[in-house]
Amino acid sequence: MGATATGERVSGRDAILGTIRTSLGARDDDAARKAVSARLQTHPRNLVPDRSAVGDAERVAMFVSQIEATHASVARVAEPADVPAAVAAYLAQHNLPARATLAPDVADLDWKSQPLLETRVGVPVESDPVGVTAAFAAIAETGTLMLTSGAGSPMTLNLLPDNHVVVLRRRQVTGSLEDAWDRLRTHQGDAGMPRTAMFVSGPSSTADIELTLYLGAHGPRRLHIILVED
Amino acid sequence: MEPTSAQFHENVDKALHDADLQTALHRVDKNFAARRTAAVTAMPEFEALRDEAVRIKDHTLDHLDLYLETFEENVIASGGQVHWAATPEDARQIILDLCQTAGARTVTKGKSMIAEEVALNPFLEQHGITPVETDLGEYIIQLADEPPSHIIGPAIHKTKEQVSDLFATHHEKLGKTKRLTEGSDLVAEARDVLRPRYLEADVGITGANFLIAETGTSVIVTNEGNGDLTQQLPRMHIVIASLEKIVPTLEDASTILRVLARSATGQQMSVYTTFSTGPRRADDPDGPDAYHVVLLDNGRSKLLGTAFRDILRCIRCGACFNHCPVYASIGGHAYGWVYSGPMGAVLTPTMIGIEEAHHLPSATPFCGRCEAVCPMRIPLPKMMRHWREQAFDKKLDPARQRVALRVWAWVAQRPALYRRLTGLAVRYLAWRGRPLGRLRDLPLAGGWTDSRDLPAPQGQTFSAQWARQRQGNA
Repeated sequence: MGATATGERVSGRDAILGTIRTSLGARDDDAARKAVSARLQTHPRNLVPDRSAVGDAERVAMFVSQIEATHASVARVAEPADVPAAVAAYLAQHNLPARATLAPDVADLDWKSQPLLETRVGVPVESDPVGVTAAFAAIAETGTLMLTSGAGSPMTLNLLPDNHVVVLRRRQVTGSLEDAWDRLRTHQGDAGMPRTAMFVSGPSSTADIELTLYLGAHGPRRLHIILVED
Repeated sequence: MEPTSAQFHENVDKALHDADLQTALHRVDKNFAARRTAAVTAMPEFEALRDEAVRIKDHTLDHLDLYLETFEENVIASGGQVHWAATPEDARQIILDLCQTAGARTVTKGKSMIAEEVALNPFLEQHGITPVETDLGEYIIQLADEPPSHIIGPAIHKTKEQVSDLFATHHEKLGKTKRLTEGSDLVAEARDVLRPRYLEADVGITGANFLIAETGTSVIVTNEGNGDLTQQLPRMHIVIASLEKIVPTLEDASTILRVLARSATGQQMSVYTTFSTGPRRADDPDGPDAYHVVLLDNGRSKLLGTAFRDILRCIRCGACFNHCPVYASIGGHAYGWVYSGPMGAVLTPTMIGIEEAHHLPSATPFCGRCEAVCPMRIPLPKMMRHWREQAFDKKLDPARQRVALRVWAWVAQRPALYRRLTGLAVRYLAWRGRPLGRLRDLPLAGGWTDSRDLPAPQGQTFSAQWARQRQGNA
């Protein structure tokens, strides 16, 4: 990319913005800027469907029934210490190899309690059969997991292994997408958005051949949520 | 791609006689509309959400310049870059330059209609870079060397047997010699073939369903997860998006997401809705090192000031395709360019010219189903009428049709003459049709009666009956 190319791009930008302004016609520029900056500052909520405004028990039940409807499965455990056993049980139930790649965020759990389960922490390689990651939040309204990137959560672990197990704490289940954004904003503070915020509603699927649904198109064939009730 | 929209009538003829296509189209007709209805019925606030979505997009278009500037600032603040492309040529060149900087030989691609609009793949190939489509539908049509026939299901026109043939031909050299007949086996083989391509790619190119000004974020919506692998694994992530994809905030994107998947596939949310902001952070264990957004104009900034402005609200859900009797009969390829269906009939002439595309807005019964289901309430029929007026003014229709319209207009503006002539015509047609009660061929309109009969008029003209009834009531 030479200086000329960069110069052309800058002029491309100005020309495009100029044409937009011509098309928009006369307007009160100060008022327009104020309206835009107010909206960006306050990011007001639009209409949020009623169904997401429910009590705690109902919200968790809604999340579970919604995500189960998308071909995902859910197991409930009492506390974090129970998670490794639940992972081992899930793998045994599906005849999967007892080998899991863990996100750093879940590495502190008591994996030694499962001596037959071989674990490794970090970014997956293509042949890893199982990935275990932690959710940032979940959304009851649509049965959706919110997974965010960070030092403890490699995004490829949500995608490459054929089987994806997500650890979710009960208190992470929110009502609506907007509730989940509020939590992310609070959590991130001045850091702004993480590189990736993925909303996952079920295992990977495709209907590109004759509109028939097949699971496991490119991402995980199975999605299993371990819901920690504490 | 070279448009064939001018040969619309030949294209239609071919489509109507293509048995495989007709089977596939019947499947579209049967599936999508019912799924949408179920999803919409299950969301009591759906109509109100549509109004909100329209309001958001109208507000954004009113302040498009300001939101785009903010978007650029925020992309830069998060470590990415924005490139402005006035034309498809600019967009292709910018992307090629970026790929060459990255030393790319292979690029993976998520599904992007804008990449189709600028004909990116052939250009990259000409310059020694291999683009690999990863959405299963796009992958299938890439093997077949065809354009997409539907904006959300690019290979919707293909039968399982045709996919099986394509895979047998193209995967043999990869050691896959068994001919597959089951859909699940075809999906598994595509997954198997594409996995190493994701891992070896130097650059991943995706489109964007939304760009978010507040945060400098691009959003993709998929079910397969292919777009996510495309934007996570390679060293460089390039987003190509048209400038009207912008919305102000995360909340605004969330509202439109509620109508998008429901209108498209009848899902509440697609499986993967992913927000990407800048390149990987210093302590991220994976993700791309570089993040670029190529913003394409291609006439949209001008469109903003015309009668076609509302088409810029389009979120590419495909609901208008799935409810269109014309699309259901002829499929996407007959439209002769990248975009088809009702939104294509409005958008295509803005890009390839009404001279080339004037048949598209004419091929409509004006039933209004597209507007009724459009989540963004785009007045598609009204805009098709605008195009027809332009086509008429530019004398693009056949001379006979234009003369007939002018004659009709002249007569219609003279009520006494109109009533007398229609009275005569009715009597003549009744007399002609007497033996059967219907007419097998119509003078001056043989084309219309080639495939159907016209019922013979019974009694008087409507105006005459109306006048008599009013007299009776008085």
